[in-house]
Amino acid sequence: MKRFVKLFAVGTALLAAAAGGIAFAAYPEKTINYIIAFGPGGESDISARLQEPFFKKYTGQTVAIQYKPGAGGAAAWSQLNNMPGDGYTIMGTNLPHIILQPLEKDVGYKTDDITNVYWFHYTPDAILVPADSPYKTLKDLVEAAKKTPGALTFSGSGTNTANHLAQQRFDKMAGIKTTYVPFKGTGASNTALLGKQVTGSWGYTTVQMQLGNQVRCLAVAMEKRHPQIPDCPTFREQGYDLVSGAYRGIAVPKSTPKDIQRAVSDLIGKINRDPEFIKKMEENGFAMIDIGLDQMQTFMDQKKKEYEAIAREMGIVKTK
Amino acid sequence: MPGIEFLVDALTPFNILLAIAGVVFGAVIGALPGLTATMAVAVLVPFTFGMNPASALIALGAIYTGAIYGGAYAAILLKTPGTPSAIATTFDGYPMAKRGDGDLALTLACLASVTGGLVGAVALLMLAPPLAQVALKFGPVEYFWLAVFGLTLIASLGEGSVLKGLVGGCFGLLLSMVGVAEVGGDIRYTGDLQVLLGGIDVVAALIGLYCIPVLIDLVATPDPHLKVTERLASYRLKEALGICWNSKGNLARSSIIGTVVGILPGAGGSIASLVSYGEARRASKHPENFGKGEPDGILATESSNNATVGGGFIPTLVLGIPGTPPDAVILGALLVQGIRTGPSLFGEQSQIVYTFIYGLILATLLMLPIGLVIGRYAFKSIVAIPKAVLVPSVAFLTIIGSYAIHNNPHEVLQMVGLGIIAWVLSRFGFTPSPIVLGLILGAIAEAGFVQGYLIGNAKQNVLGEFFGRPISIGIIAFIVLGLLYPVLMKRFRGPAVPAQVASSNE
Repeated sequence: MKRFVKLFAVGTALLAAAAGGIAFAAYPEKTINYIIAFGPGGESDISARLQEPFFKKYTGQTVAIQYKPGAGGAAAWSQLNNMPGDGYTIMGTNLPHIILQPLEKDVGYKTDDITNVYWFHYTPDAILVPADSPYKTLKDLVEAAKKTPGALTFSGSGTNTANHLAQQRFDKMAGIKTTYVPFKGTGASNTALLGKQVTGSWGYTTVQMQLGNQVRCLAVAMEKRHPQIPDCPTFREQGYDLVSGAYRGIAVPKSTPKDIQRAVSDLIGKINRDPEFIKKMEENGFAMIDIGLDQMQTFMDQKKKEYEAIAREMGIVKTK
Repeated sequence: MPGIEFLVDALTPFNILLAIAGVVFGAVIGALPGLTATMAVAVLVPFTFGMNPASALIALGAIYTGAIYGGAYAAILLKTPGTPSAIATTFDGYPMAKRGDGDLALTLACLASVTGGLVGAVALLMLAPPLAQVALKFGPVEYFWLAVFGLTLIASLGEGSVLKGLVGGCFGLLLSMVGVAEVGGDIRYTGDLQVLLGGIDVVAALIGLYCIPVLIDLVATPDPHLKVTERLASYRLKEALGICWNSKGNLARSSIIGTVVGILPGAGGSIASLVSYGEARRASKHPENFGKGEPDGILATESSNNATVGGGFIPTLVLGIPGTPPDAVILGALLVQGIRTGPSLFGEQSQIVYTFIYGLILATLLMLPIGLVIGRYAFKSIVAIPKAVLVPSVAFLTIIGSYAIHNNPHEVLQMVGLGIIAWVLSRFGFTPSPIVLGLILGAIAEAGFVQGYLIGNAKQNVLGEFFGRPISIGIIAFIVLGLLYPVLMKRFRGPAVPAQVASSNE
């Protein structure tokens, strides 16, 4: 009898695995809903649009890109786990947002509620000044800031965002004090930069690509220089250990089976290795990274530590 | 004319077809309350990826300009602006429709939209690079003053009493502060409700504040929605053209205001039409008729909001900075197509740009016949539809529209909640426009003020930042003039203007 039960159990397990395997082999067999937590036209939308044709290329299936903006992305992320976990709902996620938001206030989700399966690129932070600015190098800027603390102004997108964090971290590293002026979105921040309303801007490499020779890039927060902006040195080259930016990834509802999570992660990874995709992303100023399911835990733990430390210093952690 | 050689490229049968389809689609979406120009453009973006860049731009531009125009249908026939740009069109459009002149009002709106659209597009064609510099001269402080200017106009809006207008405006300002502050990140007035973190959505507020009271009143009163006239609805084109000719000064001024405001990123069609309306009223020989069905009111708002389309493309194409929200979507589509906007666009890729601009002009011209036909059809059906069908249809649209903003049920609740508040307030003589304008302008004024203060503080010269910049001084002068104008006019004309005295003592 005991043996029979054992056999039965093994048999069922095998059957389940086989069934799972079949479902897995066929994934995806219909259109995948790809939800963006921001409105159309932003960087998250553009990178998803660039991925779109490659979903078709590798699976034969299409993706339907949908927008669910609100509360800086929190409106969508707080609902992610209520969505069907069948692999046909995937959602764009962003760092530092999903770490900082739950620290600041009750946004309806916790960082660990989000099941990220892949981080596929980031927009590295960069310091930009108008093309005719008197500041030619990062060194000029730091020296000026030391002479007149607080007098240099930098535009950036929003409060407690990647731009804001980068400004705070850099000020600390360089031992300077500058004024950060938050704007509603990158577009408004760029307008202030081009209009010389501010000394410079904490933007991204994508901004440099968009605005071209109207602006000068003084430093990028990457490990190596960006292939499309070879003239702009990294912070590391200039003695500041700053590698940061806004990371974008893909998450699935918590209820999604492990093998489907793996399938989604592998698919995004496959797209991310396509030379044509890499070329298009880099031309728009994005920088590629590949954090799949296997490295996810380590990566998130490291980022959480990094962001929590700076968030505490900025005083944005919610006091209970 | 620059790039005239590309006119032929714009006039391929495929592009003409795209322009026609775009204008029709845009006008229908724009007419439905809650479905905005941004949404119309965003929905269609994926379909343009397969096209060549110039055709894609023509399609998107046609949808955009059609949607801005389409907002006027609902504003005139239902007293509900189809898009935020059409808020001020309700002031005179609906009273005209109410008294049986809806067909004339629609024809006027069409003629004005085409005129404004052409002025904006021609400015884009001839003067884009120099005009783009205007966008850069406007810093945070200038946006602050511009928003304050808009707020002072609330006091002089066509409808209702001044005091109630101001109270409504303050209520709108209060609503604009709900949620996480864009600048500073503070959480305000959410009552610990997670759904309010994102703030009150302007479009949801627009649908709720305008639609719901109209719906309740339709159900509560036995009168027909619009006055049914004996004669059949016609175009009344000749009459409308005559009015336009007599108001050519108004049309020109409003179109120029619209173009310039469109160039300013972050301002947009609602401010443009409001400022034009205020100026038209001030310049008019019969300011007391405004708000009671004055054709000049429609001409001002509809010409200026369509002029923002061409104006908004100026910073988008020249600087790579979207002038209006739909431009942001179009800019994203361009990036995916591999086109880089910015100063070089007019040099290296001038073929695309000029083909597009001629395509936009073509679409604007096509709006004339298309708009007139759709307008006539819309007027006839709104008059003919029995209330028992009209009310549920509009109610259904309000739900769909407010859900479609962010695919979020919260906005539907916001819409209904604000609608009930608006209905109660309307019992006491408050109108929705000051509330919505307070909501829109409050956010702009606040961000501008805080940013201006931060920058001024860094320069250790806050007062100089706010009162020392030439454009700021100019806008402040307009604000002072606007506030003192009624007082001065009263003194000037003596007590012989009973209409004005009556309206300010109401």
